[in-house]
This record gives sequence, C-alpha cells and structure tokens, in this order.
Amino acid sequence: MDKTVNQKAWFLVLPVLILVAFSAVIPLMTVVNYSIQDAFAGEFYPLDDKLMWFRELLEDDRMWNALRRQAIFSATILAIEIPLGVFVALNMPKRGAWASLCLVLMSLPLLIPWNVVGTIWQIFGRVDIGLLGYTLDAIGVDYNYTQDALDAWVTLIVMDVWHWTSLVALLAYAGLQSIPDAYYQAAKIDQASRWAVFRYIELPKMMGVLMIAILLRFMDSFMIYTEPFVVTGGGPGNATTFLSIDLVKMALGQFDLGPAAAFSIMYFLVILLISWVFYTVMVNLDKREGK
Amino acid sequence: MAKITLDNLAHSYLPNPGGEDDYALKELNHVWGDGEAYALLGASGCGKSTLLNIISGLLHPSRGRILFNDQDVTGQVTAERNIAQVFQFPVVYDTMSVRDNLAFPLRNRGAKPAYVAERVQTIAKMIGMEAELGRKARGLTADAKQKISLGRGMVREDVHALLFDEPLTVIDPHMKWELRTQLKALHHEFGHTMIYVTHDQTEALTFADKVVVMHDGRVVQVGTPEELFERPEHTFVGYFIGSPGMNLLDARVEGATAIVGGTEIPLGADYGRPGGRVQIGVRPEFVAMAEGQDGLAVRLKRVEDVGRHKIIRCDFEGQAVNAIAPEGAEVPADLSRVVFDRAAVNVYSDDWRVAPKSKTEEAA
Repeated sequence: MDKTVNQKAWFLVLPVLILVAFSAVIPLMTVVNYSIQDAFAGEFYPLDDKLMWFRELLEDDRMWNALRRQAIFSATILAIEIPLGVFVALNMPKRGAWASLCLVLMSLPLLIPWNVVGTIWQIFGRVDIGLLGYTLDAIGVDYNYTQDALDAWVTLIVMDVWHWTSLVALLAYAGLQSIPDAYYQAAKIDQASRWAVFRYIELPKMMGVLMIAILLRFMDSFMIYTEPFVVTGGGPGNATTFLSIDLVKMALGQFDLGPAAAFSIMYFLVILLISWVFYTVMVNLDKREGK
Repeated sequence: MAKITLDNLAHSYLPNPGGEDDYALKELNHVWGDGEAYALLGASGCGKSTLLNIISGLLHPSRGRILFNDQDVTGQVTAERNIAQVFQFPVVYDTMSVRDNLAFPLRNRGAKPAYVAERVQTIAKMIGMEAELGRKARGLTADAKQKISLGRGMVREDVHALLFDEPLTVIDPHMKWELRTQLKALHHEFGHTMIYVTHDQTEALTFADKVVVMHDGRVVQVGTPEELFERPEHTFVGYFIGSPGMNLLDARVEGATAIVGGTEIPLGADYGRPGGRVQIGVRPEFVAMAEGQDGLAVRLKRVEDVGRHKIIRCDFEGQAVNAIAPEGAEVPADLSRVVFDRAAVNVYSDDWRVAPKSKTEEAA
C-alpha cells in the first residue's frame, strides 16, 4: 500500500513548541542577547568586544567571592542535612498512628513559603524581641546576626537545616519503607550488628533516593535567595551575599544589565555542570555495582 | 544440632486474642527430633511460616515455650538461638560480593579467616557458584540470588537447626531438583535438624523423613510419606496429598459396613457406630472399575490420560469419585460401577480419622 504524505501532524506539535519557546527559549535568548550588549539609559549598544562582560566577570573578585560563599554554604548544609535526615528517618516509627503524626510534623516546614521562613527566623533571631536572640543574649552568648558575620552564617545554616532536613528525612524514610521485612529477618539470622544492617541493607537500599535528595538540596541551596535576603539582606557587609543575591544587586540595584546577563549565564552553566557531574556519578555508580 | 520441643505453643497476631479463631497457630505440642529432616506441608496461610518464625525467634509466641535440647529459649532473641533460616524470596546483600555474602554469617560470629575461606569454597561448590565468587551480588538473577541465600543458610556448621521457608519457589525446575538433592546430601553428611516449609507435596515427600501436615493453624498429622498416603488422619491430608486427592463420600457406618446412598460398602475393620459427620475416604489408587452389579453406581464424566496412568473422573450423586487405572487400561465408555479396596477405605468423623475397633476376620 502506498503511503500518502501528510505533514499536518506537525501542527499537533506546535502548541508545545510555542509553549517551550515562550517559557524557556526566548527568555534565555534575551539574556544571551543582553550579555553581549551595553545597556545605558534604556538603550542598548552593541559591544566591540563581544565577550567583554564575560572576561570582566572572570577577573572580578566580587563574583569569585560570592561563588566561594555559595559553595561553602551548599557544602555545609548538605553535610548537615543528609546525615541528619537519614538519622531522623532511621528513628521514625515504621507504622501506626505515630508514624502518620511524624510524617505530618515533618512535612510542616516544607509547606511554609520561603519568605515566611525568612521572616520567622529574622524575628526569632532578633536580640531585642526574638525568642532565640533574646534568650542567647540573656544567658551571656554574644549573638547578633546583623553585626557578626559568623552569627549571620550560623543563623542561615540553622534556618536551612530546619526548613529542609524534613525533605531528606521523608525521602530516606520512603527508601527505608521499601525494604522487605525478610532483609531484617535474614540479618538477624546472620547475626549482623546494627551497624552492618545500616551499612549493607539500609544504606544500599536508600542510595537511589539519597542521590535524588542530594541533587535536589544542592540545586535548591545553590540558588537560595529569599531567605538570606529577608534575614540578613546579604550582610553584614557582604558576608552572606550569595550568588543570587549578588546577581539581583547587580541587575536591579545597579541596573548593569549586560554584566548581570553574563553573570546569569555563568551561574546557569555552573549549576548545569555540577548537576551533570552528579547525574553521571549516579548513573556510573549503578553500572559499576551491576558488574 | 538440637532437639526442638514445642511446649503448649500458640500464637495470635492480635494483641488480645479471644476465641480459637483468633489464633494463627493453635495450641501445639511437638518434638522435632535431633538430626531429622522434616517437611512442613500445608496450604498457604495455614500457619507454617508463623511456626517457623517462632522457632527461629523472629516472632515471640503468645503462649507456650520453645526448648532446644531441653533448654528454654523462648526468651532468647534470634541471634542467641544460633539458627539458620532461608526465606521464600532471595535476600542478598547487594553491595557485597558473592564471597562476602557467603562469609557474612561466619564473620559476624568472629570465625578465623582461614576457616571462613575454606567454608565459602565448600558452599560455593555445593551451590555451583565458584566462578561467580568475586562478583557483586547485585544484578544476579533471582535464582542465583536464592542460591546465595541458601548458601548463607548452610555456611555455619554448628547451627541448632536449619529452617527453610519455601526456599525453592523462585528457582527453575531443573535446579530445584538439584538443590533439593544437595540439601538431602548435606543432611546425610552433617545430620542437621532441618525443617522445610513447602506447599508442594512432591517437594515435601521427596525431601523429608517425616512430613508434618498443617491445616488451619493446627498440625493435623505427622508421619512418613507412606503413612500420609495410606492412613491420612484428617480429610485435609487425604485431599491435599495425592493427585488427585482422596475420594470422600458421605456415609453411614455400622460396624464393618459403610452405607453410601443405599449401597453397602464393606470395610476392612469394625468401626463401631461413629457419630458426627461421617465420611469414608479412599484414594483413587484403590478404586477399580467393576463389571456387573458389584460396587458403587457412578456416572463416568471423563478420562484423563496423564501418561503414567489414566485418571477416571466419575460422579456419585454430586460427589466426585476418581479412580486411577494403569497406563494401558481400557476404560469402557459405559462404565457405571466402581469398587473400593476394602483395606484401603478409611472412616472419618467430623474430618478426623476413626480408629478401627478391631480388624474383621476377612481382612485379617
């Protein structure tokens, strides 16, 4: 039978193409376009040296410092939230009414909007009226997150841990729940220690969800903006100015659209690169163990 | 190796069991002889696994005691009991190599490396996985994983008992036979007390010296395969063991005669006048085609040729009567009567076998 040629099927794809174009491709291209022009008084002027903003950015200490702070922040919260989340999940009841209660309590922080979390901690930590700040001050701890860089860091990290450890715990809990009872029974028969049960049964079975948890928490923390903006505003000085805060300062505060666009693209590429590394490691881990 | 005594044991999964129906395992007294191989046979959900898990300590019984060699171990946890158990579905430690998997129970008990290496080699040879010892356990096929599970169960030599909970479910038929042979060989060599849970009668009858049949949370009969075949103590044993199972017919029994729907059937012994719901049971192997006016009038439904023999399926007033005829036998299309071998007819009252009062003269 001869096949008739009918290209009308392309029209069926059109809605998706339009949607993706408007939601992703066009905005991104606009940014790319900004990055090779100079904006001044509402007009755009093409650059002679097309990559000037990128070159300047790479030589700019301000960007490198923000990136360094960002990396330290992400690494710190990952180092705390992942083990803590796993620990919490291990100690949650497996079934019954308490399990449901725990799940509800655990998910509460996850339901609070970012800026509200920021506001809560901003007030909570205040030395004059905040419960935490006032108490610490009263017992003689020299704490003031608006003036001391270390205090600001500690506040932000504790806040993030409070906000997001639940996510890791819930994912790890789901991983643990999928382990059949027979594994624990066999471990008892084999006289495995508690540590061996964790190391050889629970951890391997949780590995998949933990990788997802690490990836999610990394991406999220690397792009963090609202909470530090509300709590410290990037201060004291530039102590908690992370990449996104710096970017907004540059783009909206100083209206340097060209350099900010170059900054955005670099920022995007860094996240893409690290996520790709994570993904590759995950896939390879799977393959290697399959051998 | 140990003698395992179950003393007034009962278990319920409910926190406050009331009547007998609440018990997954009804009160039970039983002694598993030291060094014997038992098969625990029964339909799914009859309490086999519950019993096994109580012996290994994974479950704590609601009532009663468990004794190993007359020492009460009811309060001991699994690790202290020194039991090996293999489960229905494979359990392997994915991130370990096959070798480490097999060595795991020994290392946990602090065995010397040289001894561990030697045992692992022996077991690997037994389960046919010497070539895969260095491989990660993850990604192996289900039956390879189950072989590792079996191997881990057998690697310790000093266990009190070896418990198998339907271990060959996921293994393909050819390997099943081979592994069962290996288990039997292992039993002969080391004389472990073994309990093998299964719902497959062939597996039970070929593996064990003694078969324990469970039904509805109760042990209904313990016996050799011959005893189970010839004198089922409970109608469930009759129906569950044998293919097809025992024929059961509602009857009235008076002494050495059973009356089934007006037909008198001679029995091999005097049974008195048993009360309750009375049935006679006879295995298809002891039902023969009859000519003339002898025996029970039946309606022939169909004949199944299964190769080694023929199964003749008949019907007597709505109750199935099956007979087995040898391979070459001709089954007449107008077959209308069958006779029972009187010595092989058992009498049941409310599902339990009635012991004969005395052998009749004819049978003796």
